[in-house]
Amino acid sequence: MNTTPRQRVGWGAANVIVVLVAAIPVLWLVSLSFKDPSTITDGSFYPHNWTFANYRGIFDQPLFTHALVNSIAIALISTFLGVALGAMAAYAIARLDFPGKRLLVASALLIAMFPAISLVNPMFNLWRTLGIFDTWVGLIIPYMTFSLPLSIYTLSAFFREIPWELERAAALDGATPLQAFRRVIIPLAAPGVFTTAILVFLYCWNDFVFAISLTSTNNARTVPAALAFFTGASQFEQPTGSIAAAAVVITIPVIIVVLLFQRRIVAGLTAGAVKG
Amino acid sequence: MRLLPAMKLGAVADAGQAIGTGRPGRGRVTERARAERRLAWMLCAPAVAVMALVAIYPIVYAIYLSFQRYDLRFPDDKTWIGVDNYTTILSSTDLWWQAFGITVLITVVSVAIELVLGMAVAIVMHRAIFGRGIIRTAVLVPYGVVTVAAAFSWQYAWTPGTGYLAGLLSSTNAPLTHQWQAVAIIILAEVWKTTPFMALLLLAGLSLVPEELLRAAKVDGATAWQRFWSVMVPVMKPAILVALLFRTLDAFRIFDNIYILTQGSQNTRSVSILNYDQLFTALNLGVGSAMSVLIFLATGLIAFGYIKGFGAAAPGQELKR
Repeated sequence: MNTTPRQRVGWGAANVIVVLVAAIPVLWLVSLSFKDPSTITDGSFYPHNWTFANYRGIFDQPLFTHALVNSIAIALISTFLGVALGAMAAYAIARLDFPGKRLLVASALLIAMFPAISLVNPMFNLWRTLGIFDTWVGLIIPYMTFSLPLSIYTLSAFFREIPWELERAAALDGATPLQAFRRVIIPLAAPGVFTTAILVFLYCWNDFVFAISLTSTNNARTVPAALAFFTGASQFEQPTGSIAAAAVVITIPVIIVVLLFQRRIVAGLTAGAVKG
Repeated sequence: MRLLPAMKLGAVADAGQAIGTGRPGRGRVTERARAERRLAWMLCAPAVAVMALVAIYPIVYAIYLSFQRYDLRFPDDKTWIGVDNYTTILSSTDLWWQAFGITVLITVVSVAIELVLGMAVAIVMHRAIFGRGIIRTAVLVPYGVVTVAAAFSWQYAWTPGTGYLAGLLSSTNAPLTHQWQAVAIIILAEVWKTTPFMALLLLAGLSLVPEELLRAAKVDGATAWQRFWSVMVPVMKPAILVALLFRTLDAFRIFDNIYILTQGSQNTRSVSILNYDQLFTALNLGVGSAMSVLIFLATGLIAFGYIKGFGAAAPGQELKR
């Protein structure tokens, strides 16, 4: 396609605007996190006196370090369990014929629409009775459950694209069923499972409603919930720098992963949404 | 790459499917179909059990609790009081209806803005002559950012003295301490975070628009605007409705942004924030549960409205081939 200079300028401007709007709030957090207490309220977008004190400070606080460990462990365990359960159901939905399939998909999607806050009231009471309030299990259970619709949906969309007849071809070539599964099916299914795992992990990592409602101490509080409890170095000091640094710590690694796997994530997010 | 339905299963199972699904008494073939069914149910059972136990049961329990007087400070006073909790909530204009109004306002305005912006971004991503990769990268940044972290970024941006945006709305006041300015900032934070999701769903719909159709319309003399409204929008309608349905339900349960930005002060509470306060500040599990049930019903009504009113694909229909 031939382009005129005017078109180039127009598209260039559109690109620049989108990039700036997307990046500025994140850069602002980064900037705040590097400001020292004397310049943090100067309103400037750049830190004039750079400092690592905010980062050193949060990694000395049990509030943050515990929360970080909780966040990572709870999100990883929930993702593993959720994707495992989701993959089994998605395999059945994509490949097998059984009565109740439509009902299962419909109810999974209905559950995806549940407002989290509606479940917090009954869960708060149930969890206290069961003794899992403010524990890892207490958060893993809702995360695993409410990410299931996402993993069932995304995985079944991926699984339907797999050329399953290759499995039979492998069998004809003399492979045992286990070999066919390991050498042929797993490599074909892995990208979809991996993508789904990223999406589910992001859901668990991002959650705030369950995290703030079903925890009360460092025992299970995740970083998004812990941020709301940060205090300054002294009680007269705003915790702005610490919160910004903590926000950067939980944001930047995730953004890097998202950007590294952007093609897959886009495919995963849109898989199934318009097919049908 | 789409597989033909016939390639979905092994050839033998496929024959079985064609002849004998659900019809007993056909010997080997039915045996196979029955085995397939058993395997499918076994594979789905754990997911179904988890969803029933962790999603359905608590909702039923919330309905039960909503008919109880249950104040956590006086747990021994727990007793059945019928619909009293609902009457209390629905007759409180300054709490429930105020929060409901704010929630609806935030939902409608932010979803409308997201639709327009999301469509623009999707078109830029689809049509850009260069830099498509950059746009996609940029768009995924807000998607990846933790909502609470982004909310703090907006909060500090609008804090007088600290923030780069604080002087924008008024030079003397803190915008987050005024109801309408605070609501506008909440909507801004919501739109920034979720427009990427909208754009990606719309982009998927956009890729279904046949290029020849657009070219034919162009040859026939349709303007860009006409091509958009008469060719692209009708083809994309299912994708648009799915995106709107998802985002409307999501916006209606807004919590994170408000909790961080205003904590619900200056009458900026959404129904979710109000429900949270009812439980953790007022410690009233009975009224809180009734509120949970009402929010749940409202969500159901929205979904029902989209599916019946606008003909959005009902859940489950997407799987039809």
